[in-house]
Amino acid sequence: MEKENPPLPPLQSVTLRINGKEQRLELAPWTSLLDALREHLHLTGTKKGCDHGQCGACTVLIDGKRINSCLTLAMMQEDKEITTIEGLAKDGELHPVQQAFIDHDAFQCGYCTPGQICSVIGLVNEGKAKTLADIRDLMSGNVCRCGAYVNIVKVVQEALERSEAK
Amino acid sequence: MKTDQIGKERNRVDGKAKVTGEAKYAAEFDAEKLAYGVVVSSGIAKGKIKRIDTSKALALDGVLQVFTHENRPGYMWLDKNYKDDDAPPGSPFRPLYDSEVQFSMQPIALVVAETFELARYAAMLVEVEYEEAEHDTDFESNLEQAYEPKEYKATEPPKPRGDVDQALAEASARIEETYTHPAEHHNPMEMHASTAVWEGDGKLTVYDKIQGVQNSQQYIASAFGMSKDEVRVISPFVGGAFGSGLRPQYQLFLAVLAARELQRSVRVVMTRQQMFSFGHRPKTLQRFKLGADTGGKLQALQQEVYGETSKFEDYSEDVVLWPGVLYPCDNTKLTHKLVALDVYTPLDMRAPGGTTGIYALECAIDELAYKAGIDPLEFRKKNYSEKDQNEDKPFSSKELRECYRQGADKFGWAKRRMEPRSMKEGHQLIGWGFAQGAWEANQAEASAKAVLSKEGKLTVSSATADIGTGTYTVMTQIAAEALGLPLEDVTFKLGDSDLPKAPLEGGSKTVATVGSAVKKACEQVQEKLLKLAQQQPDSPLAEAKLEEVDFSEGKISLKRDASKSVQLQDLLEQSDNGSLEGEVSTKPSDESKEYARYAHSAVFAEVKVDEDLGTVKVTRLVTAVAGGRIVNPKTARSQILGGMVWGMGVALHEHTVMDNNLGRFINHDLDKYHVPVNADVQEMEVIFVEEKDEVVNPLGVKGLGEIGVVGVAPAIANAIFHATGKRVRELPITMDKLL
Repeated sequence: MEKENPPLPPLQSVTLRINGKEQRLELAPWTSLLDALREHLHLTGTKKGCDHGQCGACTVLIDGKRINSCLTLAMMQEDKEITTIEGLAKDGELHPVQQAFIDHDAFQCGYCTPGQICSVIGLVNEGKAKTLADIRDLMSGNVCRCGAYVNIVKVVQEALERSEAK
Repeated sequence: MKTDQIGKERNRVDGKAKVTGEAKYAAEFDAEKLAYGVVVSSGIAKGKIKRIDTSKALALDGVLQVFTHENRPGYMWLDKNYKDDDAPPGSPFRPLYDSEVQFSMQPIALVVAETFELARYAAMLVEVEYEEAEHDTDFESNLEQAYEPKEYKATEPPKPRGDVDQALAEASARIEETYTHPAEHHNPMEMHASTAVWEGDGKLTVYDKIQGVQNSQQYIASAFGMSKDEVRVISPFVGGAFGSGLRPQYQLFLAVLAARELQRSVRVVMTRQQMFSFGHRPKTLQRFKLGADTGGKLQALQQEVYGETSKFEDYSEDVVLWPGVLYPCDNTKLTHKLVALDVYTPLDMRAPGGTTGIYALECAIDELAYKAGIDPLEFRKKNYSEKDQNEDKPFSSKELRECYRQGADKFGWAKRRMEPRSMKEGHQLIGWGFAQGAWEANQAEASAKAVLSKEGKLTVSSATADIGTGTYTVMTQIAAEALGLPLEDVTFKLGDSDLPKAPLEGGSKTVATVGSAVKKACEQVQEKLLKLAQQQPDSPLAEAKLEEVDFSEGKISLKRDASKSVQLQDLLEQSDNGSLEGEVSTKPSDESKEYARYAHSAVFAEVKVDEDLGTVKVTRLVTAVAGGRIVNPKTARSQILGGMVWGMGVALHEHTVMDNNLGRFINHDLDKYHVPVNADVQEMEVIFVEEKDEVVNPLGVKGLGEIGVVGVAPAIANAIFHATGKRVRELPITMDKLL
């Protein structure tokens, strides 16, 4: 039996607050936050590595919590504070975690890096990582195929020390 | 030799771009009226497309076209039109060529629409009816049909030496074992993508994920009958590749096809699932026979290799090269046959051939050392090769003994107890394993251009790539060193087909290849600067030859009397030439070809295996590398660390599983294809031993992209044997195989 395809739902008006700036978009309702950022707003710092929540490259911060932006629809994130890699540096000054990634050479190709950086900031905000093993576990949602893990762990240790010193 | 830059730890010059999201990868370049292409993949492994119905997709507002074999434009006829710089012998795959399906997930349609969301939805509406044919993807059942290819893509297997059978019969210790290595996929974090920007008048600028822009450029020009002037390929950043970007992949062809037909810009990005639809490390089976005499000297070595290939190209890699490099042995027999299956052609993947070959060789040697009752490291020392027996050439340099010494010290190897299962900590069986590795230190031909501006800024360029390897950074260092400039005053450009010619970035040869060209281009600028200096009245350098002066700290000064110097800035300001240029091509010296050129490594691994559960943790890994002169110890260490993580993946995690019923790789995503994650990696240390090499290339460098991988999997496998007493000869070593 031939099944008729239902008509496509109309575009929806979506307002997102990204890096402190309101952005209004007309989107197909099934547009992921990741695609809204990359394809509709040209904020390509957030990366697509699998589109299935399996690699962490698309990690962004929503109200300070890290999430995979490929696993949420853009329209579900209205009225939230969305921070992407483009919003971390302030007045031309890198966020300390960004600087630490450079200093510890915690990346090679750089493709997982924005997600790793957002993930480190989210991890610090969560306050759950107490041991080295915790750090490794809690950073395991962010795959780095270049294998920079040893250096990434150094960055996280330093970030945790910095947050404790505050 | 004096150095301001080479040998110094430097942060990556492209670091800021990468941590801020400014670095743009192939799918991230915008274009006016950009359309999106989504690929429909074949659901069968072999057969014909009987009917392909695109009407429902085309009926949607905003869907621009669906390209299939039925409506594709006319094609170039000959195989040679589809060859690229890394193509194996055979007939390259042609996307949308006809109704024939040659492998599972073959691209069979491209849906192009105004938005990505729409294109993806429309792709689901394409209906396909197949006439299935019987596929054959079963490696084991085809071993008897294996053949020697007419032409090897890689080096031809070395000729047999001596009499293996007799030497085996006379040996006092011998082993005969079979090792298998599964198919693996590269899985760089960035999926393959091309943004083809329609420039009008038939011209295109293409942003492509590729390890050599000029390879994509010539491929497009030749496949579409365009001139090279009509297509420019740009790729400033590559989100990892590990070999997957050596050949132009089908998304490039499809993006270009759509852009030309629609006369507008088109982007095509593969899905992660489609990243399993082209090129993989081939499944490989190796039968080893080894024999040693009573003194523990290797007397016989037979390696019989069966590697997977497709039915349309003969892919082979250097699996049998390694015995001749690593072990002296007078009686050897090495063969490499291919098993053709209904799969896409395998593709060079980080340390192709070495990863498989050295894994099996080093495990077999470990087994033989145990048979002979000799400590595995001691056994290597007794069987240390002083020359490459494949080509009967001495090594240009080989500080592997020093790797043994420093690695063993750092690891504490002397405290190891020989018997398996002799070191235990509660329920954890502890094992210490060793393996060694080698990788080619090649140099190829390349060109580079250096331009020193009136303001004292140096720009150096070559059409090479940086796939995370640090090319931008080390080339900047090499150029800054040559002219004695600070790094901030030097810019290195790459990834643009308009730049001077460079080969593919692969085979650990980029620093040697492009670095030598960069050095020489800067030397031309040095000559011009010295000439200018000598034209000054009462020049302090009037009589000096180039080799008698130093370029350092913004000055040219006499080596023997540094007080005699000229400021570069003054020279440039006085010159009425504007900028100074050097442009060169370089190739390996004849002298270097008289030598075997290899980097070497010694790898020490500690594992803890849970006695009840069979889980394996690699708790310590030490790699000592003899890799020539190290340009940047910081990025070099990262590259070796990354290689070690890869080796861990080979040993314990990675395995693309072929379902022979479907003829399909079934674990085609990052959930089911396991790569090492942060929690898998514990202590890792890298040692670079000093290795001077004045022959290998003008910089004395050896590539590091692959040497970090090759010895790791066997060191881990040997450690697991030491921990458990069990030899698992089938990778990856998962818990089920240990219980």
